[in-house]
Amino acid sequence: MNGIAVKVEGLGKRYRIGAAPQKARGVAGALKNAVVSPFTYLRRSLREAAPDEVIWAVKDVTFEVPPGQVVGIIGRNGAGKTTLLKILSRITDPSEGRVDIYGRVGCLLAVGTGFHPELTGRENVYLNGAVMGMKKAEINARFEEIVEFAEVAKFIDTPVKYYSSGMFVRLGFSVAAHLEPEILIVDEVLAVGDVGFQKKCLGKMGSVAGEGRTVLLVSHNMEAILGLCQRALWIDGGQLSVDGPSEEVVRAYTQASMDLAGEGYFLADEAREGDGRLRFTGVSLRDGQGRPLEAAACGEPLEIAISYKTQGEEVRHVSVWLWIKNHLNREIICLYTRLTGEDFDRLPPGGQLVCRVPRLPLPPGTYLLDLNARVAGVQADRVRDAARLEVAPGDFFGTGKALDNVGDLLCDHGWRLEA
Amino acid sequence: MVSAPLQVTHIRPRQGWSSLSLREVWEFRELLYFLVWREVKGRYRQMALGPLWIVLKPFITMVVMSVVFGRLAKVPSDGLPYPLFNYAGLLPWTMFSIAVSKSSTSLVSNMSIISKVYFPRLVVPISTACAGLLDFCMSLIILVAMMVYYGHLPGWQAVFLPVYVLLAILTALALGLCLATVAVRYRDVGFAVDHLLQVAMYATPVVYPSSLVPETWRWLYLLNPMAVVIEGFRWSLLGKGLPPGPSLYLALGLVLLLLFLGAHHFVRSERTVVDLL
Repeated sequence: MNGIAVKVEGLGKRYRIGAAPQKARGVAGALKNAVVSPFTYLRRSLREAAPDEVIWAVKDVTFEVPPGQVVGIIGRNGAGKTTLLKILSRITDPSEGRVDIYGRVGCLLAVGTGFHPELTGRENVYLNGAVMGMKKAEINARFEEIVEFAEVAKFIDTPVKYYSSGMFVRLGFSVAAHLEPEILIVDEVLAVGDVGFQKKCLGKMGSVAGEGRTVLLVSHNMEAILGLCQRALWIDGGQLSVDGPSEEVVRAYTQASMDLAGEGYFLADEAREGDGRLRFTGVSLRDGQGRPLEAAACGEPLEIAISYKTQGEEVRHVSVWLWIKNHLNREIICLYTRLTGEDFDRLPPGGQLVCRVPRLPLPPGTYLLDLNARVAGVQADRVRDAARLEVAPGDFFGTGKALDNVGDLLCDHGWRLEA
Repeated sequence: MVSAPLQVTHIRPRQGWSSLSLREVWEFRELLYFLVWREVKGRYRQMALGPLWIVLKPFITMVVMSVVFGRLAKVPSDGLPYPLFNYAGLLPWTMFSIAVSKSSTSLVSNMSIISKVYFPRLVVPISTACAGLLDFCMSLIILVAMMVYYGHLPGWQAVFLPVYVLLAILTALALGLCLATVAVRYRDVGFAVDHLLQVAMYATPVVYPSSLVPETWRWLYLLNPMAVVIEGFRWSLLGKGLPPGPSLYLALGLVLLLLFLGAHHFVRSERTVVDLL
């Protein structure tokens, strides 16, 4: 047996980005652009790219994976993880470097690829299997198992357009999970589906790993990485930043995220999701009396003040929510205007939104905040790791005792005896 | 335990001419089959008339053309009843034009698969061209019925029919391969192709016989492989038209050359096509 399953050497992928097209002025400008743009397009494609037109999505990545190892790949959005997987799964060609893969590769970059809404579940299983390179006989042999794992036996002869999104995802994952490749490449597909099924998938992947198969797994779920992977790769800016045992890499990565969030790094970043009709510009913490806080205290009132600006006009029908995430990047609390029935009917061009938590139910530790806003149902802004929330020890239960090892969340409660 | 030899994959940046890896396409023949099947089956679900539409479309066109060109304009038809003459030309043309237009946009319409999973990309345009072939077989039934109605039963020449059908589908595939990767970059291609096909129909003997073209220009006219296909198609089924000859060999040669170039162009551009989707 060969001692290597995947060997990656000096891998790089270059993308050419266009200079922003000039915005047309009036009808004449638009006409001129229509005439000129095909030529500039052609000229651009014919000559060599200037250095400022080139970005490296992946650069100088080198690593080896022995057979049977489960490797997690972590990194921020846009760090190049997905590009790396796309090269490994041969969806796109690298610009430089080499990859050698020893074994049959199964890849799960999205579930249900090639599902046709008009076809039934049964027909789609065969189609999807064929897309992923399974032979008809193989699918026949595993059909029962696939359907049972997906829990859709009753609807297997119904067109998938009538499926709930959960059923759709389950069926898609189930086909892929039964592909039985020697090397499995998985992108963040577990973020979808209900929690029960996510657990089942993790279990299935665990058993895949247990059978000595090589797995490359991209995930933002640090618990999944810690639970499944012996080793992790941290990709940052297209380059391999840290490679080592998953505990160490995850710790380094989350520490870095916390540090950057503390500096407001991601709030300052202009390139982000959403249509920009509302942008968050800052986050500050206050205590119950409105005094600024360095660290919140467990069991005390907390106010989170979020400043925003719009594109200069009033915006209507705004819902805002923020996620509080723990040190493993898991979302644990959702603070949402819709949950409390307090969506903002209209917001002036700039101001501060204040979210008040009367008694902070978080045990001491470091947390991260994600900010989201939707204007009239359309995502306007989303900032991951917008701010760091330090929670200092506090007296949540009013007993005067320090809290230790109490789980992820604190909950008001009392005890009595009924004999 | 005896394990099968490990499959080894080398991924390298590719430059210049590379092999068509037709063997790999062959290995994915089941996917080809499933894609054709999806195309055909998915298209007519939840339609009251279902696959009948495949037959109805050319039939209705034939009726309209028979009235306009046959009755009103009195276009000659090589001594055949005009509807029969017209339908026998319309059938291969419809197959050809649908196959060209679908295969040239096949990468774009299948981008959800292409950007998520690897398989030899050649499978995609080939499968759409094959789906056209299936539609053709359905519409052939009407032609047979019409031949019985008009009392025009085919002779021994009918054995040549598959040659012409194959030539038509290969021509369509060749054009589709040339255009498919271009259509990813410039979405204009889809529109342009549909318009050009409409114009091209009049450069092909669908509504009139090629005998109408002046003798001196006939050679130029027959450089169009589809002209050869339609004339040959009529000849093999109805006995009127162009029997196999130098024009057929020339057309075959041209199409094979175009197919070869198209396939290479396709394989050359497929490697980065995902980046543009």
